[in-house]
Amino acid sequence: MLTIVFFAQTREIIDQGSVNIEFTTQLKDLETLRLLLISKGDNWDLALQRDKLLVAVNQQMTGWDTELKDGDEVAFFPPVTGG
Amino acid sequence: MIKVQQNDFDIAKLYQQLTDNQLNPNGYGAIVTFVGKVRDFNQQQHVSAMALEHYPGMTEKSLQQIIEQAKARWPIGEPIIIHRVGELQPGDQIVYIGVTSAHRKAAFEACEFLIDYLKIKAPFWKKEQTDTGYQWVDARDLDQHAASKWIEQ
Repeated sequence: MLTIVFFAQTREIIDQGSVNIEFTTQLKDLETLRLLLISKGDNWDLALQRDKLLVAVNQQMTGWDTELKDGDEVAFFPPVTGG
Repeated sequence: MIKVQQNDFDIAKLYQQLTDNQLNPNGYGAIVTFVGKVRDFNQQQHVSAMALEHYPGMTEKSLQQIIEQAKARWPIGEPIIIHRVGELQPGDQIVYIGVTSAHRKAAFEACEFLIDYLKIKAPFWKKEQTDTGYQWVDARDLDQHAASKWIEQ
């Protein structure tokens, strides 16, 4: 199982804070996961465009070619604006 | 010390913690603090309120990583970072950073490094209430630029 969480605009556009997805070996990296999620609908496609999207695996920011494993927590969110 | 909290913070108490702390020896004669407050304008628009969201767990971890980087780079005591989340009003304090060191240069530089890196690496997101409704704040290239100066050659 993968736990996928969303924050800020990304969460608002898809109107969900988190989803769980069954892990399969076809989900080889983050880009594959992103493409799978985009296929869920137009709002997912809008929310998960790569140009303004950051991604973290197990609470560490990382790149799109990062490989996934069962049990990972994946987070999608826009560039950060704290401080 | 790192705290992500809804409540306001007391600068005088934090100063005491920063300077009384056993982790910050008396030989540390330089204390630099930064406080960020909510502005009542942004991008030419009047801001009447703000909401701050974060990623519980990852936010604290990323702040700890930024602190570790600063400690590896400058001879400083244990810094304090406080960041507020939730509903805030113009004039409210948002962020506190306190750094101690033996001399001012390291304390100034480490404090600036901490706020510059916090702004581009720590998962916080601001949403502002303006005359045209609530809108998420866009990340600014200026902040990326400010942080890029700390990249070691």
